[in-house]
Amino acid sequence: MKINLKVWRQKNNNTPGKLVEYQLDNISPDMSFLEMFDVLNGELTKKGEEIVAFDHDCREGICGSCSMYINGRAHGPQTGATTCQLHMRSFNDGDTIVVEPWRARAFPVIKDLVVDRSAFDRVIQAGGYVSVNTGSARDANEILIPRTVADEAMDAAACIGCGACVAACKNASAMLFVSAKVSQLAILPQGKAESQQRAERMVAQMDAEGFGACSFTGACSVECPKSISLDHIARMNREYLGAKLTSDNVQG
Amino acid sequence: MAWVTQTLSSSLGRKVIMSLTGLFLSTFLIVHMAGNLQLFKADGGRAFNEYTYFMTHNPLIITVSYLLYTSILVHALMALVLTRHNSASRPVKYAYSKPEANSPWASRNMGILGTVLLVFIIIHMRTFWYEMHFGSVPMAEYDGKQYKDLYAVVKVAFAEWWYVLLYVLSMVAVGYHLAHGFQSGFQTLGVRHPKYTPIIETVGRYFFAFIIPAAFAAMPIYVFLQVHGIL
Repeated sequence: MKINLKVWRQKNNNTPGKLVEYQLDNISPDMSFLEMFDVLNGELTKKGEEIVAFDHDCREGICGSCSMYINGRAHGPQTGATTCQLHMRSFNDGDTIVVEPWRARAFPVIKDLVVDRSAFDRVIQAGGYVSVNTGSARDANEILIPRTVADEAMDAAACIGCGACVAACKNASAMLFVSAKVSQLAILPQGKAESQQRAERMVAQMDAEGFGACSFTGACSVECPKSISLDHIARMNREYLGAKLTSDNVQG
Repeated sequence: MAWVTQTLSSSLGRKVIMSLTGLFLSTFLIVHMAGNLQLFKADGGRAFNEYTYFMTHNPLIITVSYLLYTSILVHALMALVLTRHNSASRPVKYAYSKPEANSPWASRNMGILGTVLLVFIIIHMRTFWYEMHFGSVPMAEYDGKQYKDLYAVVKVAFAEWWYVLLYVLSMVAVGYHLAHGFQSGFQTLGVRHPKYTPIIETVGRYFFAFIIPAAFAAMPIYVFLQVHGIL
């Protein structure tokens, strides 16, 4: 396949970037999108040019590292898949493909297609955990959890924190990510004890990081590689409003 | 009271303000539409004028009307605050974006639709509300009692084809705004349930986004056709 690439090149966060065109002639339709970038970087290395920086790790859709905005969509034209799970057969011979980094105030560009997603880590640090001593493993049936509840929590826990929800949202809102992290703990008995302060703190941190508000366009859920449902956003809204109305935290 | 101000200034709190004012304005539309159906009565405007008299003299209605004006202002101002904040959340825009692949148009353009509606509301209130309260409206007499003849003002306004067109187009904007807004209001409040969400969506999509704007749009068209002797 012949592919025309327009890739965002940016030296660092302080330098303005621009789209640079590249042409690749021998691309196999069976290559993954990232392998196509490996080919590009191989050619750039041969020419002595600086390679395109992009995030990647597991390349099997579970680490959440890869983060490309491809032809106007987070993780490209497929739904329910990450960039590494996208294959060149999804494109036609001679296509022009525009590749940009996630764009959000809270995700500053580090270089080219690599953005700093540590804002997500700080949101998790604010309350996305259960503070108990783990000790030795408990008996599996000690705390009874209905299967449907466990499934619902697992659906939320499928979030890999890639940031596609932020990238796809017109407001660069992190509501789907934060709500998945609130949800996965809020509906399980282990997480219930701290559910009020968790919702309050994680939403406060989300706001402090500079993410936008939710317009309920649904773009996040469509572009989410794990197809996380908007139900979780509603649950977080309930958790947050309930906490604000009933918690004993009068300072805010 | 730090928790109150902090809650209301959080991104979720701001959306709750949008939701509550928006849902209140939606319920107002039902009353406004139902009342204005008097325009379809072929009695020379008597029912309409009597209804107008009631609406401007009943103390409960007058109280609620101040809540209504406040809601419109708060809804519009909070939308401005949110739009600025949301826009600042992505300082560098995408060179190429395809949002139509993942979200409905109305959901992404509530601000534009809302601006159209705000302009419409100003024009609408200048034509009828301002005339009724501060303008010189001719009087009509029914059973020896004097009424302001707002129906006469309605007839003059809707005799103009461009004014009718303005109303019809604005009602299309109402439809799109509510198609997204009504169900979003519930999502913001966390009201999402497999039993009730489909009902909320149906009510939003068919009643608020179609029946209500269609009934409103029918009023100027009906009066226009009547004034010009077509009906």
